[in-house]
Amino acid sequence: MRRLTRHVCGGLLLAVIAACTGGSAGSDAGGRGAVRPSEALPATFGVGRAATPAELAAWDLDVNPKGVGLPAGRGTAAEGAVVYAAKCASCHGPTGTDPIAPNPKLVGREPRDFSFANHATGVTKTIGNYWPYATTLYDYIRRAMPQTAPGTLTAGETYAVIAWLLAENEVIPRDQVMDATSLPAVVMPSRDRFVRDDRKGGSGFK
Amino acid sequence: MSDSGHDAAAGTGALTRRAMVGGAAAAAGALIFSTLPEAAGGQGSVASAPPLIPVPPDPTKVLGAPTSAVSVRSPFVVTGRNPTGAVSGSSLTPLHQFSGNITPADLQFERHHAGVPTIDPATWQLMVHGLVDREMIFTLDDLMSLPSETRVHFLECSGNGRLAFKGSRPDLSPQNIDGLLCNAEWTGVPVKTLLAEVGVKSGAEWALAEGGDAALMSRSVPMAKLMDDAMLVYAQNGEPLRPAGGFPVRLFLPGWEGNTNVKWLRRLELVSEPNMSKDETSKYTDPLPNNTARIFSFDLDAKSTITYPTFPNTVKKPGWVQVSGLAWSGRGRITAVDVSVDGGASWVQARLAGEPQPKAAIRFTHMWKWDGAPATLMSRAVDDTGYVQPTLAVFREGRGPGTDYHYNHIRAWKVAADGVVTYSGEV
Repeated sequence: MRRLTRHVCGGLLLAVIAACTGGSAGSDAGGRGAVRPSEALPATFGVGRAATPAELAAWDLDVNPKGVGLPAGRGTAAEGAVVYAAKCASCHGPTGTDPIAPNPKLVGREPRDFSFANHATGVTKTIGNYWPYATTLYDYIRRAMPQTAPGTLTAGETYAVIAWLLAENEVIPRDQVMDATSLPAVVMPSRDRFVRDDRKGGSGFK
Repeated sequence: MSDSGHDAAAGTGALTRRAMVGGAAAAAGALIFSTLPEAAGGQGSVASAPPLIPVPPDPTKVLGAPTSAVSVRSPFVVTGRNPTGAVSGSSLTPLHQFSGNITPADLQFERHHAGVPTIDPATWQLMVHGLVDREMIFTLDDLMSLPSETRVHFLECSGNGRLAFKGSRPDLSPQNIDGLLCNAEWTGVPVKTLLAEVGVKSGAEWALAEGGDAALMSRSVPMAKLMDDAMLVYAQNGEPLRPAGGFPVRLFLPGWEGNTNVKWLRRLELVSEPNMSKDETSKYTDPLPNNTARIFSFDLDAKSTITYPTFPNTVKKPGWVQVSGLAWSGRGRITAVDVSVDGGASWVQARLAGEPQPKAAIRFTHMWKWDGAPATLMSRAVDDTGYVQPTLAVFREGRGPGTDYHYNHIRAWKVAADGVVTYSGEV
């Protein structure tokens, strides 16, 4: 609305200027008169303000595959079992293998040969058979889970539930501690199954 | 899969009753109250009952309704997205009820990962940080003060078509099959204009785009796209974005799969490597027959879909039928749409409704003289890269029967001798 008002006022101003400066109104009546070309635009417009360190820290919560962004803290599968039962099982099922639709299945390794495209039905992506990076678990769970109270798990709870999920998927031993050092070092079973998109349009189907 | 929620759209009974209904019932005359139309309507359809409002026998002889603040649809038009009620799921565009190229804002499909957030535009902020010279925060006023662009583009979820490929059945409508699609005019600021304000450092190859919903939904986007045609969109079809569409600001990446067009955008972090977020690894990747999966499969290949005649609409009688639909390509302009009325044995070039725009959907039409014999209708899009929309057989061979996303194969519809139209999953 503010913009609208400004545009309207600008239009009126131009009309007033045009009326006041129309010295040769007789011959130019109905004509366009002299019009300057638009000014060249600057490289920048100087909008925005500096972000403060506190603002950056509050929002910069992502974690990348190298582990950048992982906080201090630690957790084990045994601790994670308690967290999972209390905060995850109501949607994903008690073992992560039988979720309540439409929530995703979390645990399961079949098909171990990653043959998802070759089965019309009967195969389901899980953390164990599909996710290429373990760090993604922290990145996602910290921000988005539990769905009804996102962002409420402590760092320790998050590491613990990740340890439980990875152990249930037979990716790590049950006694392995998950923390900012060990989590990025986990090699997921499907780590090397992903290829960059090679479609480019044109003839032929990919 | 949490994003298979739209599977629930399969052939609901309600859908067969939801259709655009002509005003013919009004001609019946009497000023009566009755139920809403029950008939499966569509182009040329006639309502079986008058609507639930008083209809004057002659509207030219009574004073009409007064002005109002916001237009509502005619009570003769019964429409809606479907299914509804999911916070992590989708509702689909009723494509079979539309004409022309533009999708009305309130009927555009939704796909949310944690519901629709309520965001006050006065306090909304966009943080741009990471590999930049100046880590900064921008307000909506900041964005709206920058030079804007306005362009028409389609927006499509990469899961569009899953039901036709994995759960085909005769009573699927275009809404069920291809309803994760809309086409609109978008207004906003080129991302490159904003990035000039922060200064991009060398080594910035990707940006993590994060939404302000309860999932902080995020995708990694290559800098090349952001410096090409990407926009920070704040208006659509001339008005502010709707909440379900990302109000107050969304990232818009023309031609790229819907989920990369992060809604309720609040953060862009310039980085050297992709983040490998949940949605770009565990969800929106395409399994291939060689037991790999395609990752960062952003572009939506050329595609078309017939919207009439299709289930639940019917063809009333033999004679001239206007076959109509939409075609689009994430790689550029649609150059041609071919229509077949004999299951792909022969093809004829359709008419296009205007000049095709890059990465925009366009209406195609074809006048078909139906002789009353059973027929199979198909459409096939071609774009300016020379790409031709594949057949179902070619698609299945190339991607595998269990693949996911980017289902752009040719769709087929069977017209029976009685004019009933059904989806034909195997052509």
